[in-house]
Amino acid sequence: MSISRRQFVGVAGAGIASMAAPNLVFADNSEPIRVGLLAAKTGPLASGGIDMDLALTMFLKERDNRLAGRKVELIVADTAGVPATARTKAQELVEKNNVHCIIGPLAAFEALAIADYLTEKEMPTLGVAAAEDMTQRHPSPWFVRLTSTSAQCAYPLAEYSVKELKYKKIVTIADDFAYGHEMCAGFQRVFEDNGGKIIQKIFTPLATPDYGSYVAQVKSADAIFLGTAGSNGFRFLRQFIEYGLKDKMAVIGGMTALDESVLRNMGDEALGILTTSWYSAELDNPLNKAFAPAFRKQFKYDPGYYAGSTYVSGEVLEAALKTIKGNVEDKKALMAAIRGSNADTIRGVIKFDEFGNAIGNVYIRKVTKSDGRLVNSVIQTYPDVSQFWTYDKTAFLKNPVYSRDYPPAKNLEP
Amino acid sequence: MQFWIIQGLNSLSLGGLLFLLSSGFSLIFGLMRLANLTHGAFFMLGTYLAATALRSFDGLNIWTTAIGAGFVVAALGGLFERLVLTRLKANPLGQVLVTLGMSFIISDACLMIWGGDSIPVPTPQNLQTPTRLFGFVFPTYRLVLVGLAVLVAVSLYFLIECTRLGAMIRAGVDDRQMARAVGIPVSRLFTIVFCLGTGIAGAAGVLGGPILSAYPGLDADMLPLALIVVILGGIGSLLGAFVGSFVIGFIYTFGTALFPELAYIILFLPMIVVIAFRPQGLFGRVGA
Repeated sequence: MSISRRQFVGVAGAGIASMAAPNLVFADNSEPIRVGLLAAKTGPLASGGIDMDLALTMFLKERDNRLAGRKVELIVADTAGVPATARTKAQELVEKNNVHCIIGPLAAFEALAIADYLTEKEMPTLGVAAAEDMTQRHPSPWFVRLTSTSAQCAYPLAEYSVKELKYKKIVTIADDFAYGHEMCAGFQRVFEDNGGKIIQKIFTPLATPDYGSYVAQVKSADAIFLGTAGSNGFRFLRQFIEYGLKDKMAVIGGMTALDESVLRNMGDEALGILTTSWYSAELDNPLNKAFAPAFRKQFKYDPGYYAGSTYVSGEVLEAALKTIKGNVEDKKALMAAIRGSNADTIRGVIKFDEFGNAIGNVYIRKVTKSDGRLVNSVIQTYPDVSQFWTYDKTAFLKNPVYSRDYPPAKNLEP
Repeated sequence: MQFWIIQGLNSLSLGGLLFLLSSGFSLIFGLMRLANLTHGAFFMLGTYLAATALRSFDGLNIWTTAIGAGFVVAALGGLFERLVLTRLKANPLGQVLVTLGMSFIISDACLMIWGGDSIPVPTPQNLQTPTRLFGFVFPTYRLVLVGLAVLVAVSLYFLIECTRLGAMIRAGVDDRQMARAVGIPVSRLFTIVFCLGTGIAGAAGVLGGPILSAYPGLDADMLPLALIVVILGGIGSLLGAFVGSFVIGFIYTFGTALFPELAYIILFLPMIVVIAFRPQGLFGRVGA
């Protein structure tokens, strides 16, 4: 039979129209919610990435892999701590695996590599990385961060050092990249605004096998502030002690300097060191009292920064999903629910500011011994700390982003 | 004044460590014309073995561990050389790539076995108290390391200059074809030298452990240093490796102390200058 031209055009037109029409969004409750996790499971950041995976898997297993009544599928992608790989994996998760939201990545340089892509693809992201500008001067409506900015946890410690510990002169040492720069800048700002003086700022290359020459440069002061990440802080500390400096100066650190993952390999030399973070395995709230011992029972070590970060992501995601009744296909609603959430988590209650950064408790912790192992005991809590501390938000944002030389260090000794 | 003395001592100890790391590399590069990119990984393997051995067995001391780890890594190196490298004799570029691949395999294996955390290697008990000199404090272990480097240098010197094996090695380095022609078993020599080189690297890893700690990425941090030392000091020359190590130790330590923002530039600039003006290195016997 012959088809008339008109019939052909009609059918072809309908076919094309149906392919071009956007997929109609019916909340299909038989489809699982797909969550992608970007974690660096190999390479130098591996121990953090592995913890992120373990904690999130444990979170889902506790809930029988169901959130808000729907089945959840977790897809873990290894970024290896390399920005290019992070980008590739993010693309895979979005385009091949069709995830509904992404948790992670770990490192600031990974996050910066994929930020534009995730914004373009409108992918709700619960980030862990600490880069300040991602929630300050270059925020994205699709990104929230539930840990803290590089400097957010340093502010309370700086104030505590002046007011409670009565330190007047401090030396800072950190890794020579954005995270280290930003954390020391934040610490310096509040410390000096409260009357203290930063007399020396040392930045070491990220890959420094031997800290000997840096230890020998440290000037005498009341304390040294460790703004290091990963295991660098602990390796520096070992050399610091071997050169006899721990008897002369106190040691305080930022949120990743003496994380639980580093503490488990240390000995009594770590006792008494104060650090600051948004989490500690010793937190005394009902959710953490269930989580931390369970984690320790299963994996034989305490959860730290990284394990805490993905567990909290899970808790926030769950709260948001309950609000939108599991309708994860409506991305805008999911994002709005996440940003508007007031979730009770293992770190306390957190909410998000208009830039997507978490406002929550920051804890000053001291290394003590409990049950024969080293732990970060909480000695003071600063509630509702925001990324702007007590500074006016607009004025804060008018200043350039924290860097090696901003704010300028005026009290450096020659 | 104190600053200069302490940094001077730091330079010496770093130089000592670098010599232990790069003497093997220089030997292998000189004789086999092979840039053994697995060298950093073998070093790291030694450090990890020390970390486990010294933390698990109380009675063990670091010197026997160094020798033990040296043998284990040498055996591994020998197997690698016999099973993989000899098959690629005709393909020097392939050999280099294969050593790179092996370094990834070893570093991933270490990550799998020991996890991603940094594991400290305990300093020997009797060397833990710092030495007090002229009113300042310096870790005793680092001073001992300098002594060890000199000891190893002297032993290697005797091996190369005063033994038959050493003569064969020198002949192989100078002119491989002629050496074969006069009946020196060059292929077997390659295996022996590879084992020796990697064994020293493994032992060096143990000895460097108390200063560096075992962590993933240690291999990638140490390999460029070995490369710089050997290129600066000259390939195939033990004296070159010795001098080069201490020169780099000094440049790195004082460079990072005086110009911290230029840390990596300071490290690589001398190497670039040497390659540009004297490609065979300071004491090199082989054209690079």
